[in-house]
Amino acid sequence: MVRTSTMVLNGNLTVQMNQTILQNGKQRKNGHVNGEKRTNFPAAKGVSCRQYSPESFEQAPMYVAVLTYLGFGIVTLFGYFRDFLRAVGLEKCHLAQEREEQKEFVPMYQDFENFYTRNLYMRVRDNWNRPICSLPGPAFDLMERVSDDYNWTFRLTGKTIENVINMGSYNYLGFAENNEDFLKTVADKTLQYGVGVCSSRQEVGNLSSHEELERLVADFLGVESAMTFGMGFATNSMNIPALVSKGCLILSDELNHTSLILGARLSGATIRVFKHNNMHSLEKLLREAVCSGQPRTHRPWRKILIMVEGIYSMEGSVARLPEIVALKKKYKAYLYLDEAHSIGAVGPTGRGVTELFRLNPADVDVMMGTFTKSFGASGGYIAGNKELVNYLRSHSHCAVYATAMCPPVVEQIVRAMKCIMGVDGNTVGIQRIRQLAENTRYFRSRLKEMGFIIYGNDSSPVVPILLYMPGKVVAFSRAMLARKIGVVVVGFPATPITEARARFCLSAAHTRAMLDKVLHHLNEVGDDLCLKFSRRKISPRPSLFNETDFELDS
Amino acid sequence: MSQVRMALQTQLSWLYYQYLLVTAVYVLEPWERALFTSVLLSAAAMVGYTSYVFLPVHLRLVLHFFSGVFDGQAESAVTLMS
Repeated sequence: MVRTSTMVLNGNLTVQMNQTILQNGKQRKNGHVNGEKRTNFPAAKGVSCRQYSPESFEQAPMYVAVLTYLGFGIVTLFGYFRDFLRAVGLEKCHLAQEREEQKEFVPMYQDFENFYTRNLYMRVRDNWNRPICSLPGPAFDLMERVSDDYNWTFRLTGKTIENVINMGSYNYLGFAENNEDFLKTVADKTLQYGVGVCSSRQEVGNLSSHEELERLVADFLGVESAMTFGMGFATNSMNIPALVSKGCLILSDELNHTSLILGARLSGATIRVFKHNNMHSLEKLLREAVCSGQPRTHRPWRKILIMVEGIYSMEGSVARLPEIVALKKKYKAYLYLDEAHSIGAVGPTGRGVTELFRLNPADVDVMMGTFTKSFGASGGYIAGNKELVNYLRSHSHCAVYATAMCPPVVEQIVRAMKCIMGVDGNTVGIQRIRQLAENTRYFRSRLKEMGFIIYGNDSSPVVPILLYMPGKVVAFSRAMLARKIGVVVVGFPATPITEARARFCLSAAHTRAMLDKVLHHLNEVGDDLCLKFSRRKISPRPSLFNETDFELDS
Repeated sequence: MSQVRMALQTQLSWLYYQYLLVTAVYVLEPWERALFTSVLLSAAAMVGYTSYVFLPVHLRLVLHFFSGVFDGQAESAVTLMS
C-alpha cells in the first residue's frame, strides 16, 4: 500500500493523497470530480464543501416543547404524591431501605436523588433491558416478559417473540453472525489458545495473536502502530490519564461520551467544554488558552488536547474534522479522535472519518476506536505514532492491570478486519460497506419524506428520530414491539429533557425488504401517535436532482 | 348507522389515546389516571358552570360601563360647544 501526502500550497488546506487501496485497484485523487479538477474552493473555509454533507437539527414547533414540559410536570406531581403515600405508609415501598436499627444513622439510600428513577423510569422500564435469546443480527428473538406490579418485578412467561427486526444493535457491517464458514478461523484459534488469557498484557498475557492484531489495526488505519485493549470503555477511561495530567488542558465537545468524560476527570487535567461541533466556540477557547495560560499562574499549558468523536451516537452527527485539524495546527494542540461508531461504518472503504474527509491519518495524534460496533467483537484500540503507542504499552493502566483480550475475540476482529480490507481479493467487506451506505441513504431519505424530525449527518448510520414527549416515547417502543420491530428509545438523563428520541442503528445485514417493513410500520405508528413534527417541505421526486450540492457562486 | 357509530367510537378512542400521550398520563397506573381525569374534568366543569352563571352578567356590566363612558363624553362635549 503506497501512501504519499503532499500539502497543496495555493492557499487551501486541502490535503492531496495518492492512495492505492489493496485490492480495489481504484485510485482516488483529492480534488478531482469525474476526471475534472475543481478549483473553486472557497478559500475562507479551506475545505471542500462537497465532502461535508449538511447536518440538520431541526427544531420542533413550540407547542411540542410546551407539551413535553407539561407531561413531565404531571408525572412529577404524581411522583410527589406517590412519595407522600410511601412515606406515610399507605403504599408499600419497593425500594431499598435501611434496617430499623439504622434509621437514625446518616441515610445510606439518598431518597431524593433517585426521584426520577423511582417515579418515572420504574413505571416504564419494560421498554429497556429486554432479554434477547438469539444472535443480535438483523433479526433476533426476544423473551416475553410480563409484570404484575407495574414493572417493579418481571417474570418470564417462557414464550419467545421470534424474528423481531433489530434496529438497535450496533451491528453496522453485519459481523454479528454465526455462519460456520466465516467463523472457522475463530473456532480454530479457540481450540489452539483456549478462551481465557489469565493474565495482563504486561505479564504473561501477550499472545502472538495480539501482535498480529495490532499490526493489522495499524495497517488498516494507515498509522505506524496500534495497541488493543479488552474493553472499549476502559480504553478511553484508562488511557487518557496516561496521556494528560494536572497542568494540561482538555477541550472536550459538549456531547462527548461518558468514557471520555470519565477519563478526562480521572486525569486531573483542566477540562473546558465547547459547544457541539461549533468551531467558533473551539477557536475562542483555544485562543484564550494560548493567550492566558493556566488559571492563576498564567504559565503556558503543558499540553492542550482536543477530544472529539467521529460520530456522536446520540445525535448521529459527524465531527467537522478538517476544520478541527486546521485549528489544531494553528494553535499547536493535540487531537484525540474517538471513532467508536465511525470506524468501519463511514468512509468509502470503511476507514472512518479520516477517510470520509480525505485527511491524512497522521494529522490525528491519537486515534481511538472500539471493535464493539462494526467488527462484532469487543474491545478498543489506540493508534498513532510509534512513540505514543510504546509509551502507552508501559504506562497505561489497561496494559498493566487489565486482562488481555481473549483469543476468540482477537480472531473475530482479525477476520472482520481482513474481510473489510479485502485481503485475498475478497469483496465481501467492500460490498457490506456499500450496502451500509446504501441503506443509510435510503432510510434517511424515506424518513425525511415521511415528515419525521431526524438529527445528524446524511452519511451516518445512526439515525435518531425525535419523539419529544415522555408518553409518546414509551408508547412508540411498545407499539413497535407489538409490530415485531425492536427499537431503542432514549430519554432524559442521556438526552436533554425536551429531546427524547428513538435511535435506529442501521446494518449492512438489513435487506431492503426489512427496511421497507420497518418504514411501513414507522409510517403507521407515526400517524397513530402524531410523531411527524417536521415542517420542511420535501420534494417527493428527489430523483430530479443529480447533484448533491449546488454551486451558488459559479 | 352502526358504521357511523363505529367510526365515531374509533375517532373518540384515538382522541382519548392522544390525550393520554400528550399529558403523559399514559405512563400512570389506572387509578392515577382516574384521579387525574376526574380532577381535570371537575376543574373544566367548574370553569363551565362559572362562565354559564357569571359571563352574561359580566358582559352586560362591561357594555354598560363602556356605553356610559361614551355618552358621558358626548354630553360634556355638547355642553362645552353650547
